[in-house]
Amino acid sequence: MDVAVSNQQTRNKIHPHKFALWVACASITMMFMAWTSAYVVRQAAGNWLEFRLPNIFFINTALLLFSSVTLHASYIFFKREKESLYKGLLLVSFLLGITFLVLQYIGWQDLTNIGVELTGNPAGSFVYVFSGFHGLHICGGLAAIFVAIVHAFALKFKVTAKRKLRFELTLTIWHYLDFLWLYIITFIVLQS
Amino acid sequence: MDTVTTFDPDILIEEQGYDDHFHDHHHGDKYQSNFITHYVFSQDHKIIAKQFLITGMFWAIIGAGMSIIFRLQLGFPEESLAWLQPLLGKWIAINEAGIGTLDPQFYYALVTMHGTILVFFVLTAGLSGTFSNLLIPLQIGARDMASPLLNMLSYWFFFLAGVVMFSSLFLSTGPFSGGWTAYPPLSILPQASSGSAAGMTLWTVSLILFVVSVLLGGINYITTVLNLRTKGMTMWRMPLTIWAFFVTAIIGLLSFPVLASAFFLVIFDRELGTSFFLSDIYIGGEALDRVGGSPVLYQHLFWFLGHPEVYIIILPAMGLVSEVLSVHARKPIFGYKAMVYSILAIAFLSFIVWAHHMFMSGVNPFISNIFVIFTLIIAVPSAVKVFNWITTLYGGNIRFTSAMLFAIGFVSMFISGGLTGIFLGNSAIDIQMHDTYFVVAHFHIVMGIAAFFGMFAGIYNWFPKMYGRFMNETLGKIHFWGTFIGAYAIFWPMHYIGMAGVPRRYYSFETFDAFSHFDATNKFITVAAIVVFGLQLLFVVNFFYSIWKGKRMTTRNPWGATTLEWTTPIDTGHGNWPGKIPVVHRWAYDYGKDGREFYPQILPVSEDESETH
Repeated sequence: MDVAVSNQQTRNKIHPHKFALWVACASITMMFMAWTSAYVVRQAAGNWLEFRLPNIFFINTALLLFSSVTLHASYIFFKREKESLYKGLLLVSFLLGITFLVLQYIGWQDLTNIGVELTGNPAGSFVYVFSGFHGLHICGGLAAIFVAIVHAFALKFKVTAKRKLRFELTLTIWHYLDFLWLYIITFIVLQS
Repeated sequence: MDTVTTFDPDILIEEQGYDDHFHDHHHGDKYQSNFITHYVFSQDHKIIAKQFLITGMFWAIIGAGMSIIFRLQLGFPEESLAWLQPLLGKWIAINEAGIGTLDPQFYYALVTMHGTILVFFVLTAGLSGTFSNLLIPLQIGARDMASPLLNMLSYWFFFLAGVVMFSSLFLSTGPFSGGWTAYPPLSILPQASSGSAAGMTLWTVSLILFVVSVLLGGINYITTVLNLRTKGMTMWRMPLTIWAFFVTAIIGLLSFPVLASAFFLVIFDRELGTSFFLSDIYIGGEALDRVGGSPVLYQHLFWFLGHPEVYIIILPAMGLVSEVLSVHARKPIFGYKAMVYSILAIAFLSFIVWAHHMFMSGVNPFISNIFVIFTLIIAVPSAVKVFNWITTLYGGNIRFTSAMLFAIGFVSMFISGGLTGIFLGNSAIDIQMHDTYFVVAHFHIVMGIAAFFGMFAGIYNWFPKMYGRFMNETLGKIHFWGTFIGAYAIFWPMHYIGMAGVPRRYYSFETFDAFSHFDATNKFITVAAIVVFGLQLLFVVNFFYSIWKGKRMTTRNPWGATTLEWTTPIDTGHGNWPGKIPVVHRWAYDYGKDGREFYPQILPVSEDESETH
């Protein structure tokens, strides 16, 4: 992909790959917007189950936000050439991401325990769809962090423009997925 | 052609061009080293464009061939179709007298597959995939797409979608048969019809792969246009083709994810037992326990893509036609900025008219009023474009090449089909017209035939750029006149049938006395369809013959066009320009100015020029 790099011109401040990632985020946003719109339309039609979201989802939100903070800190330490902090926080962020997925699964079990099942009233089904597809995207984000970890431990530590760009792309994905979850959970709370 | 000899593009680019040190790196091997990386898993945008085009042609033959089979049923219901049994197998039932009849279930499958294939595989991937890939880097002065890897993946996801869809044709239960719109409950309940079983499963898998392909492509097109334009290529100097592909990609990127979200919910309803779209359904007198969903909700989600989709199909055709008309009329496009603003207006409006597909689905009539108004407003930017095309032709020094004929034909088709859109956009008239052959005639002319004409104009015009040879002009003209007259012969009579209330998608009208006097019309339409189909095969022959045996290109700018793709060598290698990349000094439409035939975009502006953009 030397093409994109070599064709860059000084007047374009944003790197094409970074811009492409933003465009991709816009399309993912459209998919979730479609589901939340469907939620609103379906809710307005009545026959709608009212329930309170299990607490674990809120705890998990805080955990996901915290993972964004650790990843960002890792990026800052990378730029300041603090190698051990950069590597350590990268690992911490990855583990927090895994924990988030596990806790989301426990959240689903809590939902089932209070009688909100996937196949029941669409009010509940939507929560599974939102969190399930967000979880799938988190898997993609974790894959990006995993690649970053491989780079961190396999390559000789050196701050280069190319590696900085790679890290910034990973960071953008992860922050975006945080923001997406924040949107989802705020939406569910405000709608019920 | 004195103007051509007054400058040499190579020398001009070497003097004026911008050195991006592209050829300092050694990546020839990576792209051209062996057959697999050069022709199969290629990351070069020009090869990917050809892959999209040829795959699109394959699907066009399949999709159009299906329409011939169901047209035979509609035109000649009493004739024996036993001769089709070797091809269709058990879908042709033969009775004791040796008369073969088409299985009604398979008739519906054919109609469904015809729509799906033509809309998605041919007119989305085959049209926008081909020309966005070919022209975006070449016309904006870029070495390749922003991400050649994603670009390659875009094609291979499309290919995979095609493999899945193609395999569904061979299922013992048949491919999906519930209409290309896949409305629930037909698309959700496997017991609804045989095509709703495995056929529908493969259909959804295929289309989700297709959405991935469109998104990967679209991300690339948008990023490339915004980030990789060469020096001097401001947005207002871009050819209208690029504007059209750019806006098309934005529409696709915003609407295809919504389609995916609808399909995911369909999959949930089918496979996991949720009830997003199901409620109050009785099968064989038994009430289904799936309640609480809304089938109309699916229609909202589907048409939120579905309507923008028709502009995803027609905008690239409009862009190609604008360029071809201007080049072959030797005149600047009339109202360049108005053309751009009307593309943007159409794109914006396309997102707020979706419910005009649902006037009869039980939506609130007062809400319908709003959608009627927005729908009719689309006539304004559409009319702006039509008037500008006609004004571009007016007083032009027109060269009636095959490309130009198809471009003019496009304008004719777009007017004819667009006018009936004004009828259908009215919710009151739609009570009579909905689901009749009037609708079939409308959308086939305005987005089927018109889009194909735009595509043909593009293929005839840019074939030399793709293969270094010309297509045969005589065959091209036969192709044009036959298709032009034939397409009207197919679809014009359908308006009358539709106004009389004949419903679309029906297998047979034998039991309807009111429609019996249309038998002859239906026969006429079927014969015309067969003739037009034959002419498309002629085009395919011309296409492949010309790749190897066509007249060779001897000059690099055969049409005398201003745009950058014609400054590349005849055999364009990876990276498009052998040395520096060209720098742009003017807009793309300096034709017939100050007594000169044309000024290429790479020519610096001299002091004695009258008007520059």
